[in-house]
Amino acid sequence: MSDASGCGAPAGGVKVTGGVGTQAIVRGHVTSLGTPVLSGYARLLNSDGEFVAEVPLGEDGGFTFYAAPGDWTLRVLAPGGVRVERSVSANTGMITELEVAV
Amino acid sequence: MSRPDVLIDAEWVQGHLDHPGLVLVEVDEDTSAYDKGHIRGAVKIDWKKDLQDPVRRDFIGRAEFERLMSERGISNDDTVILYGGNNNWFAAYAYWYFKLYGHDRVKLLDGGRKKWELDSRDLVIDVPARPATSFRAGEQDRSIRAFRDDVVAAIGHLNLVDVRSPDEFAGRLLAPAHLPQEQAQRGGHVPTAKNVPWSKAAEEDGTFKSDDALRALYGDQAGLDFAKDTIAYCRIGERSAHTWFVLHELLDQPNVKNYDGSWTEYGSLVGVPIEVGDAS
Repeated sequence: MSDASGCGAPAGGVKVTGGVGTQAIVRGHVTSLGTPVLSGYARLLNSDGEFVAEVPLGEDGGFTFYAAPGDWTLRVLAPGGVRVERSVSANTGMITELEVAV
Repeated sequence: MSRPDVLIDAEWVQGHLDHPGLVLVEVDEDTSAYDKGHIRGAVKIDWKKDLQDPVRRDFIGRAEFERLMSERGISNDDTVILYGGNNNWFAAYAYWYFKLYGHDRVKLLDGGRKKWELDSRDLVIDVPARPATSFRAGEQDRSIRAFRDDVVAAIGHLNLVDVRSPDEFAGRLLAPAHLPQEQAQRGGHVPTAKNVPWSKAAEEDGTFKSDDALRALYGDQAGLDFAKDTIAYCRIGERSAHTWFVLHELLDQPNVKNYDGSWTEYGSLVGVPIEVGDAS
């Protein structure tokens, strides 16, 4: 799935292919008035508020993270000073879906 | 070096897009971002295809780097302004790479692509046509590049800075959380390494924190001994290039090396010591 020679975050994050396996996935979309937000960033913060990862939003306003099990904060940044947070829990073997309206 | 010698802000770049002798270069691992829109006049460098040897795990050679620069229309007299996605990770890596091959006329756009986008500045899809040059590179400056034996020898003696996230440092994650967690290597960190995630050096918009804040971060808070040499590492050497830039270029620390083999090499080595668990 991942490429050990790379480390960057593609827009929207790496798509989930095949089964979830032992991954603890947090996935979702960012919308504004029902329309996908195309230019912006989703950041994952741990329970201490520390930055863990970030992806640029995908063409559908989407994001995907492969977190460890536990509680996380998702923060969305977008042009115009948009800064919105949501709490989310990740669980092994599950995809936690999160829709964020800004 | 002082901050204005190595770092440049978006407002200045916006006002100097047509300035002769300046070449904007976007550097990414996923260059589809450039293809969808980039700063006007910028050429692109693909971190993997352009800067990595296609067969061995190593950099392209001096002659190949000269060819790459010449093809992109970059001359020895040009000042290269690097920017990119992922909070400038790959741009910082390219900055370090340019320095490695002796091109000192190089600066980083503070905040990179992210700050530019969050500021709602224009991006274009037109690819500039730059005439080819005859760029000449130097031999690799090994004083800024660490290899695995340097890292093993540094354990307990030099500053080792692991710039990955706390969960990667502890061994709970094997890659940044935007990537699937499937890797062959063991999790953990190099013994005696301090964990100072690269992100602590950056503001939310991707710009670097002030020199005073950075000095406090690595000195008082992380406990680095600035009298000692330092090796920074991450997973593949691009996040640690971001930290190398902070320590060597912004804070003027004289002996800082980036270990580009980083955890994907170290965590797969047979017989080297590894620690797991959170930073103490």
